[in-house]
Amino acid sequence: MDLSLTEDQLFMRDEANRFLAERATSEAVRAAIASGGFDKALWDSISNELGWCGIAIPEDAGGLGLGAFEMVLLLEEIGRRLAPVPFWTTVSVCAPVIRVLATDETRLALLGRIASGNAAATVALPRPAANDPFEAIEFNAEPDGRGWILSGRCAAVFNLACADLVVVPARLNERPALFAVERSSLSAIAPHDTLDPTMPVAPLSLAGVPVGADARIDRGDLDTGDFAAPLLWARLGLAAEQVGAASGCLELTLAYISERVQFGRSIASFQAVKHRCAELLVRIGEARSLLYGAAACLDAGGDDVAREIEGAGVLASEALWHAAEEAIQLHGGVGNTWEYDPHLYLRRAQATAHLFGSADAKLSRLAEFLQEAAA
Amino acid sequence: MNEQNLSAFRAEVADWMKANLCGRFAPLVDRGHAGDGDALPDLRKEWERELAGGGWTCPGWPAEYGGRALSVAEQVAFQEEYARAGGPGRLGHIGEGLLGPTLIAFGTETQKQRFLPPIREGREIWCQGYSEPEAGSDLANIKTRARLDPETGDWLVTGQKVWTSLAHLSDWIFVVARCDEGSVGPKGLIFLLMPLDQKGIEIHPIRQIGGGSEFNSVFFDDARVSADCVVGQPGDGWRIAMTLLSFERGLSTLGQQMGFQRELQLIAVLARENGAAADPAIKMRIARAWVGLRAMRYMAMRMLADSSDPQAKLESLGYKYQWSHWHRDLGKLGMDVLGFSGASATDDPRTEKLRQLFFFTRADTVYGGTSEIQLNIIAERGLGMPKEPRGGTA
Repeated sequence: MDLSLTEDQLFMRDEANRFLAERATSEAVRAAIASGGFDKALWDSISNELGWCGIAIPEDAGGLGLGAFEMVLLLEEIGRRLAPVPFWTTVSVCAPVIRVLATDETRLALLGRIASGNAAATVALPRPAANDPFEAIEFNAEPDGRGWILSGRCAAVFNLACADLVVVPARLNERPALFAVERSSLSAIAPHDTLDPTMPVAPLSLAGVPVGADARIDRGDLDTGDFAAPLLWARLGLAAEQVGAASGCLELTLAYISERVQFGRSIASFQAVKHRCAELLVRIGEARSLLYGAAACLDAGGDDVAREIEGAGVLASEALWHAAEEAIQLHGGVGNTWEYDPHLYLRRAQATAHLFGSADAKLSRLAEFLQEAAA
Repeated sequence: MNEQNLSAFRAEVADWMKANLCGRFAPLVDRGHAGDGDALPDLRKEWERELAGGGWTCPGWPAEYGGRALSVAEQVAFQEEYARAGGPGRLGHIGEGLLGPTLIAFGTETQKQRFLPPIREGREIWCQGYSEPEAGSDLANIKTRARLDPETGDWLVTGQKVWTSLAHLSDWIFVVARCDEGSVGPKGLIFLLMPLDQKGIEIHPIRQIGGGSEFNSVFFDDARVSADCVVGQPGDGWRIAMTLLSFERGLSTLGQQMGFQRELQLIAVLARENGAAADPAIKMRIARAWVGLRAMRYMAMRMLADSSDPQAKLESLGYKYQWSHWHRDLGKLGMDVLGFSGASATDDPRTEKLRQLFFFTRADTVYGGTSEIQLNIIAERGLGMPKEPRGGTA
């Protein structure tokens, strides 16, 4: 396994970094927060002009055919600026579900739409905070002539209001099935007042909504266990955004403390301050290393990849929390004001801390893994 | 080398270890590592010669100096397989990993001819004379003096080195000393190769908190070294000393981690045997240790990849801090798994190993640059924060 970044990967990451530094500024993010947590112009650039959504979509479906590693590099940059775009749900959550579980025909059609930048997408995960988010599917599908009737409710769907395409898992004859629903066909969405305003969440209620025959996209005979493989991408992608956000949070903290003067000297010259920043860098580096290792494992198709991704999820979530907490402390008084950005990272850290299970839940699952492996 | 050849190479190392680390060498399995460095010295010296006979000493050195010129990937594979087999701590490490590469880079032809073969053959053991009572974290504050004896042209060395690992088992020591009277800091230093067995040198073991004595004080009183044992030019000592340290990082890292993995496995096995693993808090700590170890593995791979990624270079500054704190926590975890019974000695060598681990890992965050110095380095070199002010030249 080689964990060095190729010239192409470095170039891609640096270009993404440069682009987002211009477009996802603090002012732009705050403007998007005021309008529902979605920066449509930025999303159009990313999806349409730059074609980032096709990063890990196979070439036969119109994507770039690159891997999890490249996806991670882009998500880090998105996370670094808390860019308010539905990139994670589109590329890491929805596209892998379609790629792995859809019929050939719908796979090509829907991935083609995503890759060409014509669909922001999401999945109505029944239990986003559970280790297995598909453990209790609460939508039901019933045949209706040549089509289907969908009913049920999902309390929290990420990026629902800005999505074009919503993949809805529903029970059909006691087995899971997948339906692709156009968001434009749904009644008005009422977003939650979320902790993290850059990652909007809304409930989805379907009360006997009729959809056409072609809305069903799964390849049939699904088991809940079949979701595990595509969900690895969602978990990994979340960790990537968190690691990127932790780095962004450290950067803005370093920028602030290098300007701030007390006792006649820059507060960055105090060893108490230096050491906190250095320790934070260590923790972020640790999380990023496991993130890259996990991404490389996912691309290589190793058996142990689920463990590596679980571990990366623990370290990434903790690194972001630590970064946000330290950012507020090191900003001092202004770190507690709305005007300065640390709280945006604090919000992201806490809002994502329970996705796919808390760090403790992940660790205890790892502990079970390890005990089974040792037995 | 492709993956297939690499796994054949791994198998070759593993086979050799299996065929040789047995019989009279069997007592060496898992012995002699940090914290246990003074264990079974005579047998370990024999082991060095056994390794040399198999062609496994200095495998990364160029062929012209008797090495096998193995690639980085092969050297890593060797280190990992050596550790996986429970290979003992290497008495030859300082010569092979630090001094040898330094002589290959800076030594004269005569020095290479004189010193490299016995290192490769496992016949001469080296130790490192850097730290002094007044030169710990402030390593450049060296007081040991070297003065030229006008009659013989030899250098005469007077002063004290401290924390010298395994000096009492070594044949030679390399010493950084001050050769320009009145110079301060990194200027005016000289890098000398000195035989330990001479009347101007006394070695006093230091008893450590775990009871063992890997470290020593080495006292020099007009100890003599001939002029052809100066590496580089007088005054050039700091640059050579620092280059030597740069050889230390990297390659042995993955082997060290394989050792960590064996320790973690041992702790997990004992936790299962004595029931500690039923405690959810212990289980979680074992899982957390596992996560940390995986992260270190990938960090080491990012470091070894030698890429042009500035992010990887920056984060590699944190590696010492990362592993030493991880290892110190592991030392505590081992004792907590033993529980109250860990407070009394037993005749189970596995629990004795954990007791030693507990004590020695206290030193991990001190030697090789304390955690505080590591954080300064990360902040200053990595994050561009202002440098610590220096005191006067007391």
